[in-house]
Amino acid sequence: MKKTQLFAAFCGASLLTMAALGAQAKTLVYCSEGSPEGFNPAFYTAGTTFDATSRQIFNKLVEFERGETKIVPGLAETWDISEDGKVYTFNLRKGVKFHTTKGFTPSRDFNADDVVFSFMRQLDKEHPFHKVSGGTYEYFDGMGMPDLIEKIEKVDDYTVKFVLKKPEAPMLANLAMDFASIFSAEYADKLMAAGTPEVIDQEPVGTGPFQLVAYQKDAVIRYKANPEYWAGKAPIDDLVFAITPDASVRYQKLKAGECHVMPYPNPADLEAMSKDPDVNLMQKEGLNVGYLAYNTMTPPFDKPAVRKALNMAINKQAILDAVFQGAGKVAKNPIPPTIWSYNDAVQDDPYDPVAAKKMLEEAGVKDLTTKVWAMPVQRPYNPNARRMAEIIQADWAKVGVNAEIVSYEWGEYLKRSKEKDRDGAVLLGWTGDNGDPDNFLAVLLGCDAVGGANRSQWCYQPFEDLIQKAKIVADPAERTKLYEQAQVVFKEQAPWATIAHSVVYEPLRKEVVNYKIDPFGGHIFYGVDLK
Amino acid sequence: MITFLLRKLGVLIPTFFGVTLVAFIFIRLLPGDPVLLMAGERGMSEERHTALMKEYGFDRPVWEQYLSYIGDLAQGDLGKSIITKKPVTKEFFTLFPATIELSLCAIIIAVFIGLPAGMIAATRRGSVFDHTVMAGALTGYSMPIFWWGLLLIIFFSGILGWTPVSGRISLLYYFEPVTGFMLIDSLMSGQEGAFSSALSHLILPAIVLGTIPLAVIARQTRSAMLEVLGEDYVRTAKAKGLGPGRVIGLHALRNAMIPVITVIGLQVGVLFAGAILTETIFSWPGIGKWMVDSISRRDYPSVQGGLLLIAAVVMMVNLVVDLLYGLINPQIRHTE
Repeated sequence: MKKTQLFAAFCGASLLTMAALGAQAKTLVYCSEGSPEGFNPAFYTAGTTFDATSRQIFNKLVEFERGETKIVPGLAETWDISEDGKVYTFNLRKGVKFHTTKGFTPSRDFNADDVVFSFMRQLDKEHPFHKVSGGTYEYFDGMGMPDLIEKIEKVDDYTVKFVLKKPEAPMLANLAMDFASIFSAEYADKLMAAGTPEVIDQEPVGTGPFQLVAYQKDAVIRYKANPEYWAGKAPIDDLVFAITPDASVRYQKLKAGECHVMPYPNPADLEAMSKDPDVNLMQKEGLNVGYLAYNTMTPPFDKPAVRKALNMAINKQAILDAVFQGAGKVAKNPIPPTIWSYNDAVQDDPYDPVAAKKMLEEAGVKDLTTKVWAMPVQRPYNPNARRMAEIIQADWAKVGVNAEIVSYEWGEYLKRSKEKDRDGAVLLGWTGDNGDPDNFLAVLLGCDAVGGANRSQWCYQPFEDLIQKAKIVADPAERTKLYEQAQVVFKEQAPWATIAHSVVYEPLRKEVVNYKIDPFGGHIFYGVDLK
Repeated sequence: MITFLLRKLGVLIPTFFGVTLVAFIFIRLLPGDPVLLMAGERGMSEERHTALMKEYGFDRPVWEQYLSYIGDLAQGDLGKSIITKKPVTKEFFTLFPATIELSLCAIIIAVFIGLPAGMIAATRRGSVFDHTVMAGALTGYSMPIFWWGLLLIIFFSGILGWTPVSGRISLLYYFEPVTGFMLIDSLMSGQEGAFSSALSHLILPAIVLGTIPLAVIARQTRSAMLEVLGEDYVRTAKAKGLGPGRVIGLHALRNAMIPVITVIGLQVGVLFAGAILTETIFSWPGIGKWMVDSISRRDYPSVQGGLLLIAAVVMMVNLVVDLLYGLINPQIRHTE
């Protein structure tokens, strides 16, 4: 009897948690996969950090509609784009409150000063906050913002003007990204006066639906709903991130009711999850693509016919079954189907080893020896690169191509795979940043990216002309046409073997309602409720 | 005694500097650099890479970086994490109490079960108990920590629902950490049920982390006891008519403890290594997982500082073990 009582006392905590929290306030527990690197999303590129910061605490001028890639108003209610596509004028929302925290009580509402501060901190190297906390703005720089933005002007308290050096159609989508989160200039001034400017990156103050209450490193992050949120208070009162690095343990916690939502389930657990009466296994196609990039600068891969033949020798369905365990979809285009302008009319190269062998012979390729590069890390677009490389190796052997599998440490892999004289085809992939086709096609296949993110070292003028034109055209219908044509050219030229788009699974407990899977891989809890 | 202590400390200082050098060189020998890893698939231009390497000071010759590191170290500055931008010392000491708490509980479990089990197995050599303890010890020693942890979670938390799955305390309880030791902080918080919640969260990870040391201690105790039990003075004590309790407790155990204490001291290093996996499985916010994350991100200051502080702790524990020898067997003190 004593034993039973002891155990009941010991283990009742988790059940108590849910019951007690349910009775008092609505608390949603999210078993996150890792700790945020910090609390300023402008410094980092990891989704885990964005989940803990920009997606709960901050707002952007424009935002992505929850669960979609469509751009909707955020802190800017409306905006105008000049005829030449170089001037973006944002009309800001009035009556928006910054969080009141232990260290800061705002004396004014959000206004244009906050927008100018948030961007100029990243843009202007002489800005008093530029160097604070290290001052490396990885996404802002990576998206080419310093070369794009000429100036940012406050027109009046509720109007801000962005002047660009050249027209850039994806600009609006860029401004919806996490690095574009808006900070309080008043808070910054106060901290600077107190001689503690770095606190702005540690104790964040935003306008978002949740405000940070406490963070215990590697253990738990606590938020409470912002009662004065401009779009209305969140249906839940408290949000807790219980940091749980192991996927199997996350699932055990979900089953035990110790958390409501968990990310990144083990593929091996998916079947059990789908049968679990307490779990709702949501799924959505991911905004990503996994590919094999040939080095189009080295013979015989400089010939499109050879690349096409090798593509036809790969059994993609076998890869989906063995590597993705069904959690994926065969890719035929370099952009995922969830992105606008996806050209569904494009026909994929059929799996036909006999025809592939014949094509190679016709191209004069005999006894070809090459390399297949296998990534040393796991990614949603490629959960097991080694296994994928082995399948490709076996498939190519059937058409007389002898492939050796090579791999390097991740940093080295990224570095060496960029080299123009690289030997062999590289397995890699991409997860979209802003839902714009330019973010795939120009970043990964544009001429400017050769020797960089363009791992196929492919610079093909007809394709380049199409994507460059699409970058400066403002009309979405015209842009769509241009990108559709670009995908046709891509398929003809075959600089990659497009392998797969992953399917994102999100297990949540049945009592969670109105949760939407974010196409960008984020986890957003505004709008989510508990039954 | 003081000469003995000074001599031991004299050995520790060069060892400490050796560790700084190894830690410094080791992380730089790994391929890849923090800037490259930060950029990921996106990549960055050669110019930006060079600029960032310069900004972090990684473009300087390694010896120059090392000397400036030693200079900072002499002033007690271990640098700032490249990733979180926070002082390494602060990060370490925020997480260290969690690892200490877990390791202490693990070693207590290991000693309190392993020691008597080994002793009884030795006194009942060849019995069913002896075979069971030895078979159990071998199994415990061979068990992969990761698998063992998951197995216990699935059984005790998933199927029986007796223990929480992971973490340090139920999310129901919230208080500012004072000491960083959850058992103490939960008591100090005065919140009803907080202590029992913290204790229940500690059970499974402590068992998992304590399993290998337990197995080693049980085996070591058994073999040390067997050796001592065969000694002439034990036979003499028995012949003099002393009871088994006095023979074992007073004469045999004291002499058998020397190798056992050595092994317990060495287990501190094993515990820190085991903590890496245990902390990951049980979402335990300690230094094990922090070190792994720092290494995988090539966070040079965190890895260097972390290794140094861990090494310092291990060296201190071994110093204490050396001092304990002297307490148990004064002869060692004199002959050293």
